[in-house]
Amino acid sequence: MKELHELPVHELAGLLADRKIGAREVAQAHLDRIALLQQDVNCYISITPEVALGQADAAQKRMDGGDAGPLTGIPMAFKDNMCTKGVQTSCASRMLEGFVPPYNATVVSTLQKAGTVMLGKLNMDEFAMGSTNENSYFGPVRNPWNLERVSGGSSGGSAAAVAAGLAPFALGSDTGGSIRLPASFCGVVGMKPTYGAVSRFGLVAFASSLDQIGPLASNVRDCAWVLDAIMGHDPMDSTSAPVKHESCTAELDAGVKGMSFGLAREYFGEGLNGDIRKAVMKAVQVLEAQGAVSGECSVPAAEFGISAYYLLSSAEASANLARYDGIRFGHRSADATDMKELYRLTRGEGFGREVKTRILLGTYALSSGYHDALYVKALKVRRMIHDDFIRAFETHDILVSPVSPTTAFRLGEKTADPLQMYLGDVYTVAVNLAGLPALVVPCGLDSDGMPIGVQLIGKPFSEKKLLQAGQAIEQALGRFVSPMAAGTGSTANPVGQCGKTEEEVRA
Amino acid sequence: MNHEIVIGLEIHSELRTRSKVFCGCANEYGAEPNTRTCPVCLGMPGTLPVLNRQAVDFAVKAGLAMNCTISGFSKMDRKNYFYPDMCKAYQISQFDLPFCRDGYVDIEVDGQTKRIGIERIHLEEDAGKLNHDPYAQGSLVDYNRCGVPLIEIVSRPDMRSPEEARLFMEAVKEILEYTGVSDCKMQEGSLRADVNLSLRPFGQEKLGTRTEMKNLNSLRAVQRAAVTEAERQEALITAGKTITQETRRWDDNKGESFSMRSKEEAMDYRYFPEPDLVPVVMDEGWLARIRESIPELPQARRAKYVQEMGIPAYDAGLLTGTIQIADLFEQAAMTCGNPKSASNWIMGEILRQMKEQEGDSLDPGIDGIRLGSIIGLVERGEITQASGKKLLEAVMGTDADPVVLVERMNLRIQRDEGAVIDAVVLVMKNNPQAIADFQAGKGKAVGFLMGQAMGLLKGKADPGQVKSVLEAKLKEFDGGAS
Ligand SMILES: [Zn+2]
Repeated sequence: MKELHELPVHELAGLLADRKIGAREVAQAHLDRIALLQQDVNCYISITPEVALGQADAAQKRMDGGDAGPLTGIPMAFKDNMCTKGVQTSCASRMLEGFVPPYNATVVSTLQKAGTVMLGKLNMDEFAMGSTNENSYFGPVRNPWNLERVSGGSSGGSAAAVAAGLAPFALGSDTGGSIRLPASFCGVVGMKPTYGAVSRFGLVAFASSLDQIGPLASNVRDCAWVLDAIMGHDPMDSTSAPVKHESCTAELDAGVKGMSFGLAREYFGEGLNGDIRKAVMKAVQVLEAQGAVSGECSVPAAEFGISAYYLLSSAEASANLARYDGIRFGHRSADATDMKELYRLTRGEGFGREVKTRILLGTYALSSGYHDALYVKALKVRRMIHDDFIRAFETHDILVSPVSPTTAFRLGEKTADPLQMYLGDVYTVAVNLAGLPALVVPCGLDSDGMPIGVQLIGKPFSEKKLLQAGQAIEQALGRFVSPMAAGTGSTANPVGQCGKTEEEVRA
Repeated sequence: MNHEIVIGLEIHSELRTRSKVFCGCANEYGAEPNTRTCPVCLGMPGTLPVLNRQAVDFAVKAGLAMNCTISGFSKMDRKNYFYPDMCKAYQISQFDLPFCRDGYVDIEVDGQTKRIGIERIHLEEDAGKLNHDPYAQGSLVDYNRCGVPLIEIVSRPDMRSPEEARLFMEAVKEILEYTGVSDCKMQEGSLRADVNLSLRPFGQEKLGTRTEMKNLNSLRAVQRAAVTEAERQEALITAGKTITQETRRWDDNKGESFSMRSKEEAMDYRYFPEPDLVPVVMDEGWLARIRESIPELPQARRAKYVQEMGIPAYDAGLLTGTIQIADLFEQAAMTCGNPKSASNWIMGEILRQMKEQEGDSLDPGIDGIRLGSIIGLVERGEITQASGKKLLEAVMGTDADPVVLVERMNLRIQRDEGAVIDAVVLVMKNNPQAIADFQAGKGKAVGFLMGQAMGLLKGKADPGQVKSVLEAKLKEFDGGAS
């Protein structure tokens, strides 16, 4: 019999519904495991046992009363940039250390209504700026597959918590790859939905026109379950789409027969690690074996994606983060003697290095004299990328690509070279610029035993189809379980040991 | 003045919406500090603005009333600057696609109509208020005003004197009040103006270097600041000095202005499209609904009153002072059929009473139909003027029907000739001295006797009838005596 933390959401739900286990028991099992492993993985910023047990009891009551939904009683955790009423929401920044919002993000209240059980708030790169989760005021997240490796970022805590069996599912946010990259690095499934599919109300903004909340889970079906719960129009978010979303779970196993998959030339060029190329092509073969067709295509403007992304996201961030001035909430410098000094010291002390770099970059890009050459030009590139994708979708249902040029590297390996770090986002940022949905599904391991993900990019609001394709891949290749989650949960697990697929574990 | 004065105004007006422009907080003046705030208007992390449709309607309504072209596609932008009164450290405003552009407002200068161009009208949010407390350590911020909807009306540099600037401001104020878009309470800061002023030699096309005078909050201040600034610039030019392009602050108590910052220190607001809001696309149906809601404007009404109703220009000005009075007048005139009487009653009674009342209520206390019916009763000789006033007093502030009340108060004129004769005879009998005066040729005596007789008849008799009976009796008496 598997331990509770090894069970996917949909199996936990079945056991809860059949009264084989209780909600409190599930919550407590996860809390115990977090207590044991948090120090190694550092995926949580706040752990909230009282909230969790309270919500578990409430969920149990609902289930006993026959008023349960699919997620009732399921433990989970939020990235620490989603506002939780009464619980610190720090964005992994000194600036918001101790900030307790008096309101819930829409996703938080939605999941609360669905009866989920909050285990805590997850580590991340400060204000979601980063690709490795090394930019956290609360320290880096470690990869459950190898504690000396990065988890990927910025939703590193979300991916690592799921990979380590410290949360059955988690919510993350994705501005330029922040769900997909850590999902790939940690061997879990992650979906960045279409821009506007999930409400951003209560998500502390990094780059408003790119930010999107999405689920991370150990398998495709769980992601579908969570998406069904959180997608929908929110009157509190003007950019949320007023559309009726199709159920992602209903026809999840419909298969990929007849679907056309495009391989964008630009995504398989130089700099792509050979193991990753092989694993992604394996996923394509798997799809073809199930009746899909594939062909080459092109997204020519994607090569400018990184530049456009860093200009636009930093420009928006420079405004979004201007409100942290020490006057109303968050960190306030104790040493200031006048107003300007209050701003200068508060922001100097409260923000970390990467955040300051981006604020400076964004401020520069919007400054008069540079505005047209930088910001406006980046907007044009954005438009071109969008149009390229739409063109590619005229002949293909879904585009397939790698998630990152490399697998998870060692902590500290790239921190000295931010540009090198930014290039790691080369396959993910275009999706945000074009507002498209993209799913990452594990598809293999590299020669070091680190997980590799494949990215499936779809047309706007095609989450259902992406999940069907992801499900087809997962069914064929099996799930990839980290040694930490597969074992008894002890840190005595040899670091760097190759993870095993489900079949291997069963064998 | 050896130079031509060139003035352009930027007028800020708070909109009279029920709630703020991006959240549900009440838009009201004078509440306890920071009690009309919420996470959204405090700019707390993760919160998002939602555009108040009423604010858009009002901005567009103001634009239509000022003859602007309305953009079918508009968007909001962020204007970035740090100041503690601005919670998000950016103001949501409109940069390159304002709701309204290219309009005009006509003003009357020395009996001539002059057209002042409007460059644009855009929607934005107001900031909070900083209270510099000399007793507390530092300043206190009140965010109640933060997020109150504001329109900025930018004129073209078409005004050529401080008086024209004031007249333009007045005309704009009137339009905003008539359309119900703003209450224009200048003392509460809901209407304020920046004056851009420059000088140039007469006949020169090119504009001179201008200064901007910030935040003038009365019509008088606009004119005075412009006069003072024109004189200051003239003196500088005369002394051979150059004008610095700068922003200045007007001190109304001192009657002087001070430099705030020069062009070199000018802020770079780093405008960019507000990503939290979607563009506003205005279709014909929406626009038509707004257009239909615009009442007839004061200028048109004044012309109508003078030309079609025979009202003197000065009176027409008073009658159009507020839309409430103008509507009252038109309704009363229509009901009683006599615009001149309606005008007299409103100016003589209604405006006087409103002036006597404390406060700044715009409610005249009666509607035009009931006022018109009172005037009609007097006009048709069914009640006396005095009874009419009595009736008006009884009706004011209530919803009583004057036609019913006139019977209940027993105000209808007595036409019973016998009663009139009896009263006249009695009065003559009781006032021999007055008779003697009359016989001595003192005309005043007739008036005295009239008054006595009317008093005896409790003011309900027709004065004409009383007068003719009295005159006949006096004649009789005269004849009888001789
Ligand atoms: Zn508010």
